Amino acid sequence: MLLIECPYCGERPELEFTYGGEAHLVRPTRPAELDDQAWSEFLYTRANVKGVHAERWRHARGCGRFFNALRDTRTDRFLAFYRAGEPRPKAGS
Amino acid sequence: MSKQSFSGLSLAWRALSGHRSWRAQWRKPQPKAGYDAIIVGGGGHGLGAAYYLAKEHGLSNVAVLEKGWIGGGNTGRNTTVIRSNYLFDESAALYDHALKMWPDLSQTLNYNVMFSPRGVMMLAHTVHDVQVSKRHVHANRCNGVDNEWLEPAEAKAFCPPLNIGTDIRYPVLGAALQRRGGTARHDAVAWGYARAADALGVDIIENCEVTGIRRDARGAVEAVETTRGVIQSRKVGVAAAGHSSHVLGLAGVRLPLESFPLQALVSEPVKPVFPCVVMSNTIHAYISQSDKGELVIGAGTDAYTSYTQRGALHVNMHTLDAICELFPMFRRMRMMRNWGGIVDVTPDRSPIIAKTPVPGLYVNCGWGTGGFKATPGSAHLFAWTIARDEPHPINAPFTIERFRDGHLIDEAAAAAVAH
Repeated sequence: MLLIECPYCGERPELEFTYGGEAHLVRPTRPAELDDQAWSEFLYTRANVKGVHAERWRHARGCGRFFNALRDTRTDRFLAFYRAGEPRPKAGS
Repeated sequence: MSKQSFSGLSLAWRALSGHRSWRAQWRKPQPKAGYDAIIVGGGGHGLGAAYYLAKEHGLSNVAVLEKGWIGGGNTGRNTTVIRSNYLFDESAALYDHALKMWPDLSQTLNYNVMFSPRGVMMLAHTVHDVQVSKRHVHANRCNGVDNEWLEPAEAKAFCPPLNIGTDIRYPVLGAALQRRGGTARHDAVAWGYARAADALGVDIIENCEVTGIRRDARGAVEAVETTRGVIQSRKVGVAAAGHSSHVLGLAGVRLPLESFPLQALVSEPVKPVFPCVVMSNTIHAYISQSDKGELVIGAGTDAYTSYTQRGALHVNMHTLDAICELFPMFRRMRMMRNWGGIVDVTPDRSPIIAKTPVPGLYVNCGWGTGGFKATPGSAHLFAWTIARDEPHPINAPFTIERFRDGHLIDEAAAAAVAH
């Protein structure tokens, strides 16, 4: 089980969290102007990184807030935790 | 390169010489400078594709490149369940194509894959489950796929260890039974295809990881770079399961895939106690007994993407809670080992067997948590797609472009795991 550090509450077991998928995906501001290819890439295509992955977590059974983390998907080791809206840290990038 | 035939007679004959005359079941060739086609990924789907390329399409100058050892990925890590009771017409056609190939596979390959159509029973625990299960039964029958509805007492008669008491948290309200479903020996499927493909001239090259895909001025595939050198080929088929998006990424192709750990576990071996396969989507358990006597139990995927081939213990515990309630006699059974595999999951839980935007590059991926059952059919259709540069009618709907065009095959029955 992963130990995850919520930027608001501190280190807690994985059971308190839900996974939110790849981070920093920005919803297009004018979806109607996208063609089908660009829209499907936003909806479905993911980097699926083998290496350092920026991802969202939600402290669902705690403070309820979303935040981001950097995790190496080859080892499951976390490199950084940071609040939503903050830029991706340099660590491991 | 003559194949040593396996039979009772050959076993007896070799016994006379103390079994010292058996040869290796396939060669360990050095990679050649080039091939007519290359398959990346030496699991069941890749080895099978190489076999059908040689057997049915006359392409014997074929190599299978495997970064580890053959059958060491998801082919050797799954829970060996075989069924075809999928809801949609496209899925029913695809999975039943595979299911129809299983009964003859041992004869075809001259290798005992131990296919055992002992029946797959999927439990319903809620009113919603009952409605969905009956819908599946009817949809399957319309597509010529056998499936029947059982009341709880009938389910108990088919699988006596099942607890149909009404005092449990999620009582059994009925079950859908596919009698043609069952299990097979997963390792034997990889080994059988490897041996049969090798006998037809296919080079199986282990410890050979693909590190790059070279393209010509037109953008078409011309070679792959590997840890054992550059190998030329104008046709490259990728069947790399959890690593498919990684390998396709080498050619600049992005896929609608995410890779998750999926865990399974086995108990200590015991005498035959469990006659069929039982699955429960709702409380998440599936279980069968191997011929060796171990209970083979499938757990769910972990929540996060990963390539580590391991997962968290609480995922297994969740499954064992359900197993112990449904089958109280297993409460004191000791679990022997657990492991994880990396499964590539598509947004609609249906696979992709298709051409890619790169000419000469083909992909067979996205089988998610349930690819083993489809091995012969998937391999057969992938070989067709590579050899003819166009999909077979059965896999024609399973493209990458379906996500762009909105023709999703949104298959809730894709697995018994929660997702």
